Amino acid sequence: MTKRADPDKFTVTKEALLPGLFFALVIRWCVAAYPYSGYKKPPMFGDYEAQRHWQEITVHTPVVNWYRNTTHNDLKYWGLDYPPLTAYHSFLMGLVADWLDPESVRLFASRGYENDSHKIFMRWTVFLSDIYFYVTAVLCLCIDVERIKRKDDRNVFKRVDIATILFLLYPGIILIDHGHFQYNCISLGLFLWATFFIVAIENDILATVFFVLALNYKQMELYHALPFFFYLLRKCLIGLPNRSRVLHALVRFIQLAIAVVFCFILVWCPFITSWNNMLPVIQRLFPFNRGVFEDKVSNFWCTVNVFIKLKNVYSNEEMVKMCFLSTLMASLPSCLDLFFRINRKKFVLSLINVSLAFFLFSFQVHEKTILLAAIPVLVYFPDDPFMCFWFGLVSTFSMLPLLVKDQLLIPFIATSLVYTAFYSICLKLAQPNAWFMTFLNANNVYKSVHPNVIYNSVFLKLLSTAFFLSLQGMFWLLLGVLFVKPPDKYPDLFPLLISMFSCIHFLFFFVYFMHKQLALPTVLPIKVKPKKNN
Amino acid sequence: MITQVTVIVTAVKLLFMPLYRSTDFEVHRNWLAITHNKSIDQWYFESTSEWTLDYPPFFAWLECALSHVAKYFDPEMLKIENLYYASEVTVIFQRLSVIVLDLFYIYGVKQCSDLLDNGKLLVFILLVANPGLLMVDHIHFQYNGFLYGLMLISISHMIKGNVIQTALWFAILLNFKHIYLYIAPVYVVFLLRAYCFTVSSKDGVHTPWYSFSFTNLTKLGTTVIAVFALSFGPFIHQLPQLFSRLFPFKRGLSHAYWAPNFWALYNFADKVLLFLLKKIGFKASSNVASMTGGLVQEFEHSVLPTVRPSVTFLFTLMSMLPALIKLWHLGADRRYRNMSFIRCLTVCASCAFMFGWHVHEKAILMALIPLSFLSVLGEDDGKCYLILSTAGHYSLFPLLYPKNLGAIKLFLLLTHCAMGFVNVPRLYDDPKTKKPRRRGFMILPMLNWYESLYLYGFLLLFIYDILHSSLGFDKRFPFLPLMITSLYCSVGVIYSWLTYYYYFLTFNVSRVPTLLTARTLRYHRKGK
Repeated sequence: MTKRADPDKFTVTKEALLPGLFFALVIRWCVAAYPYSGYKKPPMFGDYEAQRHWQEITVHTPVVNWYRNTTHNDLKYWGLDYPPLTAYHSFLMGLVADWLDPESVRLFASRGYENDSHKIFMRWTVFLSDIYFYVTAVLCLCIDVERIKRKDDRNVFKRVDIATILFLLYPGIILIDHGHFQYNCISLGLFLWATFFIVAIENDILATVFFVLALNYKQMELYHALPFFFYLLRKCLIGLPNRSRVLHALVRFIQLAIAVVFCFILVWCPFITSWNNMLPVIQRLFPFNRGVFEDKVSNFWCTVNVFIKLKNVYSNEEMVKMCFLSTLMASLPSCLDLFFRINRKKFVLSLINVSLAFFLFSFQVHEKTILLAAIPVLVYFPDDPFMCFWFGLVSTFSMLPLLVKDQLLIPFIATSLVYTAFYSICLKLAQPNAWFMTFLNANNVYKSVHPNVIYNSVFLKLLSTAFFLSLQGMFWLLLGVLFVKPPDKYPDLFPLLISMFSCIHFLFFFVYFMHKQLALPTVLPIKVKPKKNN
Repeated sequence: MITQVTVIVTAVKLLFMPLYRSTDFEVHRNWLAITHNKSIDQWYFESTSEWTLDYPPFFAWLECALSHVAKYFDPEMLKIENLYYASEVTVIFQRLSVIVLDLFYIYGVKQCSDLLDNGKLLVFILLVANPGLLMVDHIHFQYNGFLYGLMLISISHMIKGNVIQTALWFAILLNFKHIYLYIAPVYVVFLLRAYCFTVSSKDGVHTPWYSFSFTNLTKLGTTVIAVFALSFGPFIHQLPQLFSRLFPFKRGLSHAYWAPNFWALYNFADKVLLFLLKKIGFKASSNVASMTGGLVQEFEHSVLPTVRPSVTFLFTLMSMLPALIKLWHLGADRRYRNMSFIRCLTVCASCAFMFGWHVHEKAILMALIPLSFLSVLGEDDGKCYLILSTAGHYSLFPLLYPKNLGAIKLFLLLTHCAMGFVNVPRLYDDPKTKKPRRRGFMILPMLNWYESLYLYGFLLLFIYDILHSSLGFDKRFPFLPLMITSLYCSVGVIYSWLTYYYYFLTFNVSRVPTLLTARTLRYHRKGK
């Protein structure tokens, strides 16, 4: 694996870190000033109401009834459908809310409770969770990026301040968490911590613990489970001493297994007293009776659905099977490659590939789920800024219909502009003669990141052209959404176009990152410093 | 880098669009309507709305021009009787007009920062992303950015040595908003000394009266008078009415929220004395309510003598006088006089802020903006900037009272402070070792322990401000957070005003500004 200098002694660049961090927080609060999902839309409201309702339920009903349909808990109205950690988190916030403003969590009476001070309270809960879980994890990951950087590596994206700010300015998660209103920052933050423990600290047990916690916050983290599983499994089997190999491997494996089981027991302890308590939770978590996708999602099935109406051809069970098989097929190459040719860079790439495979092919996908693929891509950013930046833009754009519904159009435009401009600043730092639009040119971008590597220039030209066309596409589709009224026959014209447009991108990214992973040699080449000719 | 920063700042301004806006939004909407519908001779007479036109004619013309764009957005906003009309399109139009006019400001900033070599980008960022302007213009709603842009253009011409253009731009600025009259004495003194006396000297004591040039005076005079004639000419028959609108003295000494200046301390002393006298048993006539009731009106001090407008003007002039005399002497030296001019501008703007009649808290920007430019040009300037920018910008917080803006303004200020505190001190690193100076635990760079402590106090103040209402004090002492904010800020503002004034008065040319740039000097030689 990568060669390091003395790991206990390293310096980091932190010139722009503090202002940049605060700026990222300003952006979060600016977005938070906008309406949330379901703002003043009775009777069901939106995710904001769901979160508030969970506080209400968890505060006022006993633990075992949280996931059950009882007289106090109507599961039809935003029933709890995330794992227990979410419930505990809601419970905690509910207690605070009960102390500050009991009306906001009054059982039944508080449905659709909306006012300004309650909104501020809810926004603060997201903000604090964001800082506590997500921002810290990002900071640690980015410090590690600079720590393992070689002395002669002039890659500007590996500077702590630049990497952190770019990571934190990614519009997707800001818009969803602080605008639309969700707590993705917690599960993704825990996931990033787990990644950090694998990539930087190499402490597999802590990584396991954090990943299990993330999984228990949102079952959606299953998207990342396969790479973790294969990586950790393989880690048990390598670097064993010569004597009693099997025993050593077994001990390692049992350590991890104990960590997993122990965490699960800890999190689920109110529910595992009897099977009767467990079952409703599990039923709530994996609702296979819902459709293959909701609204318009930019995944494979939704795009196919445009041409072949899947609902008419296959039954729901058949769809589940098909989804399962195709997801497995798509993610297996990446997992097997990770298993047999293990290495930490491959681990990050495998996270990208598997989560993209899940997003593209699995069952019951939301458009917000793209964040699960986007976050590993951001981790990979310093190595491949051009593609990762493109991915960042497209993934945000793919959520446009959702954001328009939530009246988050201005934040979408503004945060994307900020992200692009900051990326452009980074390129300018790397290359003093760059101008604002330099990021369009793949060749320039890669030259400023890896000056010594020789790339295939035809391929880079193609990439640049594709990127330019993709930007054009996004621009015109945005204008279309804003100013063109779709014909009465196709009211969903633009959401559909956007999801198809993004789906093509994601398929392309899937192929690209898959190629990246497979092309990566098992052991990263260590560059030998050329001796200076005197 | 400049394009990128501009894009980022503009994007942030876009994000501010639907946020809280003050009555100034309605003021400007009303002016759009007045200038669009009425003939010129009615502009300053129209009084359907209580927010009558009270800016000089150029601003009225600007509103008139804007109104011709506005009619394509929403013609309803141009009806005078549509009071407090704020449709979505109206809001978007008004906000966009501020953002677009801010391009003047960005141009002005670029003109100024281009004159620097060291810290060029820093000055650009500090000025363009000035949190005070972001809050006052883009949330509270006003057009200050545009006006400060004109001021910066004028300053940049001064540094380049284009004296006539300096005077031209400043005269135009005065005809947009007359508050800038407060810094007019600096311009007058400096232009007289540096332009109308053609001979310069290096000792700075002796004034060569023989070299007075009537030609130059005529050139200056013609420029200024032409601008004023253009502005006030069409209103020649209604000047008394116009001036009564421009200079209303019906308002009180201080705003409902006391601007953090000398009078804030004076008012506070009055309150304390009243309280003490009551304790002792004197029966003082009390009309306390008028000071805290949140209404803009005249009020009498209870114990201390009540202040009249004439007194405040006397104070302002007297406090400016030493600085102006000093400027007259410093203006003799051709090499450094432009820096002295900007310093004097800062000093006099803060004098006006200190003692002016009915000063708004926003007026602190008049001192802060030139000071931001100076912050990279000398260690004392930088130090003063760090204190004053924190205290001054914090004092703008009560303008944006809605609770959901709390975090935005806090982090906006923190971003700005972090930018300043990280980057300004690096310019003054020890020149020998090139390393930052050693400093004690928690001591902010360039400041000493009590200044650092004072700045940390703002965090406590902010927390108290949040807790005040939730702890239930707001029923008994609704004015307390405002008063404490005002007093706490005024301590910092007065402190930095005094230290900076002292620095300016004791400045002599042998203490050359450390970072005066080669390029600035080149302009001088060319100017000759």
